[in-house]
Amino acid sequence: MTSRWIKSTLPKGGYYFSGNEAAAEGAIAAGCRFYAGYPITPSNEIMERMSVRMREVGGVFVQMEDELGSIGAMIGAAWAGAKAVTATSGPGFSLMQEGIGSAVFTETPCVIIDVQRAGPSFGQATKVASGDIMQAKWGSHGGDYQVIALSPWSVQEVYDLTIRAVNLSERFRVPAMVMSEEAIGHLRESMFVTEKVEIWDRKKGKGVAPFGTEEEDLVPPMPTFGEGERLLVTSSTHDPYGFRKTDDPEVQAKLVERINEKILRNRKAIIQTEEYFIDDSEIAIVAYGFTARTSLYVLKSLRKEGIKVGLLRLQTLWPFPEEEIEGLGRKVKRVMVPEMNMGQVVGEVKKVCGCEVVKLCQNNGEVIRPERINEVLRRIY
Amino acid sequence: MVRAMEKYIRPGIKVTPFCPGCGSGILMGLILRAIDELKLDMGKMLFVSGAGCAAWIPSPHFNGDTLHTLHGRPVAFATGAKLFNPALCVMVISGDGDLSSIGGNHLIHAARRNIDLKVICSNNMVYGMTGGQVASTTPIGAVTATTQEGNSERPFDLCKLVEAAGATYVARYSVTQPVALINSIKKALLHVGFSFIEAISPCPTQFGRRNRLDRPEDMIQDLIRRCILEEEAEGLTKEELAEKIITGEFLPCQK
Repeated sequence: MTSRWIKSTLPKGGYYFSGNEAAAEGAIAAGCRFYAGYPITPSNEIMERMSVRMREVGGVFVQMEDELGSIGAMIGAAWAGAKAVTATSGPGFSLMQEGIGSAVFTETPCVIIDVQRAGPSFGQATKVASGDIMQAKWGSHGGDYQVIALSPWSVQEVYDLTIRAVNLSERFRVPAMVMSEEAIGHLRESMFVTEKVEIWDRKKGKGVAPFGTEEEDLVPPMPTFGEGERLLVTSSTHDPYGFRKTDDPEVQAKLVERINEKILRNRKAIIQTEEYFIDDSEIAIVAYGFTARTSLYVLKSLRKEGIKVGLLRLQTLWPFPEEEIEGLGRKVKRVMVPEMNMGQVVGEVKKVCGCEVVKLCQNNGEVIRPERINEVLRRIY
Repeated sequence: MVRAMEKYIRPGIKVTPFCPGCGSGILMGLILRAIDELKLDMGKMLFVSGAGCAAWIPSPHFNGDTLHTLHGRPVAFATGAKLFNPALCVMVISGDGDLSSIGGNHLIHAARRNIDLKVICSNNMVYGMTGGQVASTTPIGAVTATTQEGNSERPFDLCKLVEAAGATYVARYSVTQPVALINSIKKALLHVGFSFIEAISPCPTQFGRRNRLDRPEDMIQDLIRRCILEEEAEGLTKEELAEKIITGEFLPCQK
C-alpha cells in the first residue's frame, strides 16, 4: 500500500486563514468529499466554509439534525465510498461518542475535527480549553479500542494535520481526530499551500473479508456499497466476513485484539513529535496545541538567561507517544506538563516517564500565560 | 421461504432468529416478494437497520449490502450513504422503538428533506428484544414489562407524524394483509422521495402473552379482526372504531 501525490485543491501560495478555515481546506485537499455537521461554537466556520466548498469541488454537504446524525451520516457515506469529515466541539463531541465506537468497530474511516472549548457541559462556548483529550481516547463505551488524535499548534498545522488525519484514517480504517482548540480555530495567521499533497487511499479489494486479515499491518481491505460485494456491516461483534457473532468468545477477543493491535503495531507511522533543545536540557516541557506555542516562547527567553530547558511537542496524542516520553525521562531531571485542563496528558506522561513530572493545569477559559509557565519552570530548575 | 426466493437470502443463512409467531419473518418474505416482482438487483440495494428484532430482518439475511448501525440511527446512516451515492436504492428496515422513539428526530428530518429512502417500520408496539417494555407506539391500556397496570400514555400515530413532517408516500398495513403490503412496498421502491410504510407486526412473545393473546395464532387473529381499511372504517361508531387499526395508503406517491 502506497500513497500518491496529487495537485493541491488550492493554488500553491500563501494564505491568510483562521484555523477553522484551514481545517476545511485541509480536509478538502486530502480528498474529503462528504461533510455532515451540526452547528456548534466555536467550530461553526468549518461547516460554513464546507457548505460552499463542497459544492465547488463536487462533494456533498449536509447539515444534519444533531451530532448523532452527523457521525451516522459520515459512516454511511464512508461505506458508500466517501472520505468523510465532520467538525464539532465539546457537547457535540460527547454526542458523537457512540458513533465513534461504531466507526471503530466497523473499521470505518472518518475524521472529526474537535475545536475544543471550556467545559464540562455547556461551559464557556466561546472560550478555549483542551479538555477532550481523554474523551477522544476513552469516550465510547467498552473502552478497549484505539483512535488516532492529532494536536495542531498553528493555522498551518491545522491544515497539515487535517490532511494527515484523513490520510491516517483511510490508511488504518479508524476514526481520526484533529484536537483543535478555540484559540487555534479562531487564530488568523499566514500559512502556505504546497503545489502537491500526499494522499493515502483505503485499501480496496473484491471478494475479500472486509473485517479480518492476515496481512502484517492488520488492516483489511474495505469494499464499497453498490459494487456488488453484498457487504455485511454491523456494529455488533462480527467475524471476518461481517456475520454477527454475539455469543462467541473467540470472535469477540480476536476482533478487539486486532482493532487495537492494528494501531499500536503501526505506531511509528502514526506518531509525530518535535523536539526543541532537548539534547542539552536539564528540564523539559511536554506540551501540545496552543500551549506548546506559549511554552516555546517561554523556553526561548529562559535559554537567553542560560536556563537549560527543552520542549517536546506532541503532534500526536493518540496513540500516545510513550517511547518518546520514556526517552525524554532518561535525558532530563524534571518534566513539566502545562495543559488547559485539570491534568489529562500529564497522567499519561507520568505512566512512562522515569523522572519527576510536574503539572501546570488551568481551566479558566483562557490560554495559559507565559508568566505562569515561566514561574513553574524557574521553580523546578 | 419458497425455493424461488432463496436467491435473495445471503448464502449460508439457514434459519432466522425470530420467535414462533413473530411478524418479522412474514414481513421479510413480503419485502423480498416486492423486490422479486419488480425484478430489482439486490446487489445494487443497501438495507440499513438499527437495533432490535426488526433490525435483524435485513441483517444478515438479505443478500445485498446491509448496514446494521446503532440504536435509533439507521435513517442518519442511510442519509449519508444515499447522499454520497444517489444510485444506491436504500431501504431502512427497523422497529417502532428504533425509528420513532430513540431515532424519532432522524425520521422526521429525513421526511422533511424528502430524501429518497424507503423506510419500513415494523411496528409491534413494544420493545421486543429487550424484554417487552412500553414503547411510544404501545396502545393505551396495554400491559408491558414497564406498564404492569396498563399503559397510560397515548401512542404516536406514526403515519400522521411522518406525513406532517413531509414524507411523500405514507401507508400502513398489517402483515396480515400481505397482498396490500407487498403492493405498498413496491410503490415505495418505485417512488422517488421519502417513503414510509408502517407494517403492523405481531409480537406474541412479549406483547401477546401479557395481553391475553397467549398463542401466536391469537395475535394473528386479533390483527385480522382489528386491521380494517379506511373505507371499511366509514360508518363505524366511535366505540366500534376504538379498537380498530385503520390501514391503507394515507398519502399516495407525491411528485
